[in-house]
Amino acid sequence: MCGIVGLLVKNQSMRANIGGLMMPMLIGMTERGPDSAGMAVFTAPVAANELKYSLYAPSMEFNWKLLVEEFGSHFTNKPKLSTKGNHAIVITSVASQQVKTWLKQSYPNVHLLSVGHSIDVYKDTGLPADVAARYDLPTLSGTHLVGHTRMATESAITPAHAHPFTAGEDWCLVHNGSLSNAHSLRRKLEHEGITFETDNDTEAACRYLEWRMREGDDLKAALEHGFEDLDGFYTLLMGTKTELALVRDPFACKPAVVAEHDDYVAIASEFRSLAHLPDIKNAHVFEPSPKEMYVWKI
Amino acid sequence: MENITNFDLDTTPLREVNQFLHGDSSKLNGQCVKIQNPNGAHNIAVGLKADVKVAIQGHAGYYAAGMNQLATVVVEGSAGTGVAENMMSGYVHVKGFASNAAGATAQGGLLVIDGDAGLRCGISLKGADIVVGGSVGSFSAFMAQAGNLVILGDAGDALGDSLYEVRIFVRGKVKSLGADCEEKPMDDEAKKILTDLLRKSGHQDVSPDSFKLFGSARTLYNFHVDHAGAY
Repeated sequence: MCGIVGLLVKNQSMRANIGGLMMPMLIGMTERGPDSAGMAVFTAPVAANELKYSLYAPSMEFNWKLLVEEFGSHFTNKPKLSTKGNHAIVITSVASQQVKTWLKQSYPNVHLLSVGHSIDVYKDTGLPADVAARYDLPTLSGTHLVGHTRMATESAITPAHAHPFTAGEDWCLVHNGSLSNAHSLRRKLEHEGITFETDNDTEAACRYLEWRMREGDDLKAALEHGFEDLDGFYTLLMGTKTELALVRDPFACKPAVVAEHDDYVAIASEFRSLAHLPDIKNAHVFEPSPKEMYVWKI
Repeated sequence: MENITNFDLDTTPLREVNQFLHGDSSKLNGQCVKIQNPNGAHNIAVGLKADVKVAIQGHAGYYAAGMNQLATVVVEGSAGTGVAENMMSGYVHVKGFASNAAGATAQGGLLVIDGDAGLRCGISLKGADIVVGGSVGSFSAFMAQAGNLVILGDAGDALGDSLYEVRIFVRGKVKSLGADCEEKPMDDEAKKILTDLLRKSGHQDVSPDSFKLFGSARTLYNFHVDHAGAY
């Protein structure tokens, strides 16, 4: 099963409370995904010469200060750090390839969840309410977010297998469904030099679409290629620095409901997750059509 | 005066509401039940067996009014997957849109959807009547066996694939017909059925002459090797 939620807040004054608005959405999808939960939130961008990295450590007691100090002495450039348990956001002007190489060598157990100017990612195993409490998700602020509750059907239940998945910069994907050709897709991408961190089918779709965009497709063209190359049943919800995007497979086998309101656009697998949004009665609620791309800009 | 019972799903568990609706039918007959704050909950008013009126005041989740007998259920919003699935008799009215498999396998009664219906509307229909004010998605009336499906808007791909004896009336465009589904001349009997259903569903102002009738070509009833390609 799995549940997906997305929220893009148009009303500037509500952006500080995007986490609070999202909470009933995520909790509403608990029955569709009690194994794990995750959230990518797009916040005010860091400076143009900086990037931020969402990191996941294997322990809640991880010594992030030590990591930052070692980073600072290695690059003679002390990064900014904010932490929530085993998650940390590190902001630095050091080039991304250098950061990735250093992390892999110095902290092989630390998992890089996302890179970008705006994106922060939190994801872990457990009931959505527990994951949300663990990382203070109700306190998040930002313009838009993409969330997921997971009921594993095709690969293990681990923090790394939780959604959202990311590839490239400021780009993430959550998925509600199953891809039947994830392994062949993966083999194809591995020939392109793309490496994978899990055997999860969503990671294959995520890296596939990011690869298409790196090859020159815009998001729409990448998804058009996706309709040819992704075999299975899926609703895909994606976040970029400035957009939320949604597609359903040509059979629309996996559910999605959209509520468009003057103040926000909200997306979920089922209406249950939209019911408690403010003034939802005056939103335009509809089911997106199969094989059609929906994009909302901030 | 009509006896009205109010429930609020924000404060009363759905199970309690459904248990009330499953009570002694002789006491429920003629009663009216209003359900506030449905908020997309699944299985509202499922399995009713009394001539009771139920108003779901908002959006319903999956399988609302499934297996209905005798009851009148009005969803004053949209409905999730499988609304009025396997209805036996009675009346179900969705004022918004209905998701996939609306009225699937329904054997009797009338399902009226004011908005669009998703994919597989009336799949394996077995005798009920369905009137959709908007359009229906692909694979609607797949393997439908008896009853009538009226579509005021358009139909998606593979309409009426492997159809038995259902009549499908379409006012808009049909993207494609499924195997063994063909257009048929509108005879007096079909026109009378359509006129009656338009009246019952609040579309009495719509002319039955604006519809086309589709039905089974009956080439799939028995296996014939010449038709192997059509299976």
